[in-house]
Amino acid sequence: MADQKELVEAELLKQINNNDLGVQDSVEFAGAFGFDHKTVAGVIRSLTAAEMVTYKEFDSSRWVLTKEGAAYADKGSPEVQVFNAIPEGGVPLTTLKEQLGKDVADVGFKQAMQQKWAAIVKGPEPLVTKKVDSVIDTVKELLQQIQADKEVDKVAVEKLKKRKMCSLETQKVYQVTKGPKFALEKKKMETDLTSEMVLKGTWKDTEFKPYNFAAMGTAPTGGHLHPLLKVRKEFREIFFSMGFEEMPTNNFVESGFWNFDALFQPQQHPARDAHDTFFMTTPADTPPENFPQDYLERVKTTHEKGGYGSIGYNYDWKIAEASKNLMRTHTTAVSSRMLYKLAQEGFKPKKYFSIDRVFRNEAVDRTHLAEFHQIEGVICDKGLTLGDLIGVLHAFFKRLGIEKLRFKPAFNPYTEPSMEIFSYHPKLQKWVEIGNSGMFRPEMLEPMGLPPDVSVIAWGLSLERPTMILYDIGNIRDLFGHKVNLSIVKSNPICRLQLPSEVESEA
Amino acid sequence: MPTVNVGRDLLFEALGKEYTEEEFEELCFEYGIELDEVTSEKQMASRMAGKECDDDGDEEVIYKIDIPANRYDMLCLEGIANALNVFLGRTPVPKYRLVEPPNGQPRQRMVVKPETMLVRPFVVCAVLRGVKFDQARYNSFIDLQDKLHQNLCRRRTLVAIGTHDLSTLQGPFSYEARVPEDIEFVPLKQTQSFNARDLMEHYKSDLKLRAFLPIIEKSLVYPVIYDAKGTVLSLPPIINGSHSAINLNTQDVFIECTATDLNKASITLNTVVTMFSMYSKEPFTVEPVEVEDALGNVNVYPKLDSRALSVELDYINSRIGTNLDAATAAKLLSKMCLSGAVGKDGKSIDVLVPPTRSDILHPCDVMEDVAIAYGYNNIVERVPSTVTEARALPINHLTDLLRSDIAMAGFTEVLTWILGSIQDNFEFVNRPDDLKKAAQISNAKTIDFQVVRTSLIPGLLKTLGSNKDAPLPVKIFEISDCVELDTTKDVGARNIRRVAGLACGTTSSFEVVHGLLDRIMEVLGVPFGGDAGYSLDPTGANEDGAFFPGRAANIMWKGKKVGSFGVVHPEVLTRFGIINPCSVVEVDLENFLAMPL
Repeated sequence: MADQKELVEAELLKQINNNDLGVQDSVEFAGAFGFDHKTVAGVIRSLTAAEMVTYKEFDSSRWVLTKEGAAYADKGSPEVQVFNAIPEGGVPLTTLKEQLGKDVADVGFKQAMQQKWAAIVKGPEPLVTKKVDSVIDTVKELLQQIQADKEVDKVAVEKLKKRKMCSLETQKVYQVTKGPKFALEKKKMETDLTSEMVLKGTWKDTEFKPYNFAAMGTAPTGGHLHPLLKVRKEFREIFFSMGFEEMPTNNFVESGFWNFDALFQPQQHPARDAHDTFFMTTPADTPPENFPQDYLERVKTTHEKGGYGSIGYNYDWKIAEASKNLMRTHTTAVSSRMLYKLAQEGFKPKKYFSIDRVFRNEAVDRTHLAEFHQIEGVICDKGLTLGDLIGVLHAFFKRLGIEKLRFKPAFNPYTEPSMEIFSYHPKLQKWVEIGNSGMFRPEMLEPMGLPPDVSVIAWGLSLERPTMILYDIGNIRDLFGHKVNLSIVKSNPICRLQLPSEVESEA
Repeated sequence: MPTVNVGRDLLFEALGKEYTEEEFEELCFEYGIELDEVTSEKQMASRMAGKECDDDGDEEVIYKIDIPANRYDMLCLEGIANALNVFLGRTPVPKYRLVEPPNGQPRQRMVVKPETMLVRPFVVCAVLRGVKFDQARYNSFIDLQDKLHQNLCRRRTLVAIGTHDLSTLQGPFSYEARVPEDIEFVPLKQTQSFNARDLMEHYKSDLKLRAFLPIIEKSLVYPVIYDAKGTVLSLPPIINGSHSAINLNTQDVFIECTATDLNKASITLNTVVTMFSMYSKEPFTVEPVEVEDALGNVNVYPKLDSRALSVELDYINSRIGTNLDAATAAKLLSKMCLSGAVGKDGKSIDVLVPPTRSDILHPCDVMEDVAIAYGYNNIVERVPSTVTEARALPINHLTDLLRSDIAMAGFTEVLTWILGSIQDNFEFVNRPDDLKKAAQISNAKTIDFQVVRTSLIPGLLKTLGSNKDAPLPVKIFEISDCVELDTTKDVGARNIRRVAGLACGTTSSFEVVHGLLDRIMEVLGVPFGGDAGYSLDPTGANEDGAFFPGRAANIMWKGKKVGSFGVVHPEVLTRFGIINPCSVVEVDLENFLAMPL
């Protein structure tokens, strides 16, 4: 191939040099010397890059034979093939088909009948007979002319096109003239600096090909981190920067007691229905003796009759319901364990956070999954107010680049007051809900043994939603699970949630 | 969160103002409800039928409004309008009163028979006199009962409501429980008489009612309410009788709520009578009914007494972060349908909780209402002064460091499901015995959520099977939790943090995965060989059907197995739709948590 290229290059440069007008038609040039036109075009582009020639391109259309047409140009048109195959006294059509093949015989017979070259003689078996003595194969002649790239009659050639023997093909044709650095021979250029050139010093006398800056470089071979987990890391950093301690959320299987009852969520609450929560067959229950007994009693009494200033829910609280094991529906189950532990060890101010998997027995769609990650922040101290909660939410979301927040009253069984967090979305130009927050109810905290003047403020949001917004992903299943395209993992940018506003404004 | 459909024009009429949609949304936001969608009857109907609809603009506009799950008093237009009118200061907090029957008649009485203990022990009743219905009010009355049935009444399991035209009935009433064959009546919307057994059979094909049949179906006796003449009022919680059905001309309404939870029954009854007592001849009045229980004790319902609660002003201010005086706090509470007055000591608020506000359990609920009336967005923010130290969970810290190192080694991180099918997790990888140590789910809707994974390998194989067009070699990894049964844990199972890697090419890539193992151990500070190092035990992995025979080993450290690696068995590959050979490694990370690095 390289040899062919060199031949083409030499001949092309010679022709341009010999003729003041250069090479007018690259297709003609290729035909005249028996070169492949694609090779010629490649050589023209490479010589142009070296500024040895310049070219103009234009479209040229010409007739070319189809596969069928080429066969007929060789063997004659089907009608003539049929005519020539008819012997004295005629022949059955089936014999013609055997002789010439079904396609040629069918088409040829039809054409020969139309031209009135042949006729059918009826009898026990109908026979095809000649109607004229001799015929001229004009189709074959025309096909051969097209093959030789000669001028042909337009009307006649259209007929052949209809018979799918030829088609009009458009191709790029180049008109080539001398360029600023024209020479009869192309100087050899090196593509890259090699260790040999460095060693021998030959780089000094070597010309280098220009580097193609329009192309992409070689892709690095390293691995990649998952986008959702990159965002998780960034959220962890934000919590650390605010002095939060990470909670041990590595317990997916939880009891109804810690997931619901400890949070003062009544046993008939809709969230405890089988169609919202995954319950377990194995391990089906937490043995009742595995709960702290005195605390369990206080929780039961608070649900049934109240206490700590509350009238309670006024129903029969059942240990069997609390014992049921489930896949935790929120990481707040862990918060309740942590706050209980804190009360037993003696109260100290604490800031806790977690980012981990939670499970909901829900229908899966573009924005909902049966598994997702919950981000949760909890602050426990004496004298905390709703004003503190609003302040800490502003501080937290500011680190995500979200400055405008607004709060809506809401209901949550274990927080009172409860606030939904809305942020202004500059692209959507409206307020969108980004999380939930509130102060844990005294009926949750006081049975644990926390002093009455301790308040606990908390907020939660999903990890998936901000990630989808950040990486502009519309369907959550493109982000999470085994069906995620690995190329998405590879191509997503680094995550800088904590972009300082002064950097952002310059961008 | 329940959604209530209300006619926009009727709502605005009740609010005495035509709001723009934005204005109304703003009002909802402040109060804590949400305008979810603006639609019309026609649009809702065509959506049910799955069709698009051209809105010709003549249709009545419907507002779909989301209501907080504990505000049963806002589950109808009347309730929403009342709450917002009081909030806006347009009307005072309604004072609900009991009035005795007209013309000195005795009170209506409901006698409860002891057999009801067997199936549905409680009933509470009330009467609304001189009610003026029109089509909209009638529809709202029916819708409210539906919403209550769905939410507070937990799909009629806890409470079921029956409403009747009192003029067609004769007291006293009796609440009984009888064998189904002995109960015979013409049910609502039917012309033919059924006995209760046949009726239950009949409703098995009723799309709406069949959901409620299991509540009593297995009971030997069914609950039933009769009047003095033996007319059946209802077969709770399934259906009312046709005889006493209310219509647009009904004036005196008899309401009964049967229940398995007396407290919820009382709240349900209160909600129905307070919402619709505004249409009584004398607004906000309700006629009491005596309920004689099985022991002969008589209780009078509805219990419309307000509950008195004294809340310290200091508690309110110290939780919200405000500095309100008592008079202001009391005034703010009145906007939320709670009557507030400054207490005698001047440092507390005497709150009267009306029967409509069953959600008020604790002073914190009162405190929240002050905060809402004050406006969440008017509260001055401050930064908590709580000083604490940041601390990472050691296993998560280790995980994050190792993730980066494995990615640097050329592996791409994936994130797969914790829950999966028994087939994918055990059968497909030839590890059926591992199911014995797995936590399993009882109520999965599809096989995708049958079991909690015990290994990360199936997730990696599924990822590879779903990425057939990824250019070779494919190198992926995951660090995440698996769950195994463990009786030493209170719940009986524990999470185990694992790291797993997979390499796939035109050959098995066994050395590649072996190299990843060596690298993981290197960065964990564990040498190869020697007493402190890890070693490989090929015979130990013979039993593991996930691997190709002779091309696998258990990873041993300090005398115990901490993981395994090997060439994936071609049978396994085929099941996951993988066409190229691959190898995997999996290591328990928990073992190395204490390694000094």
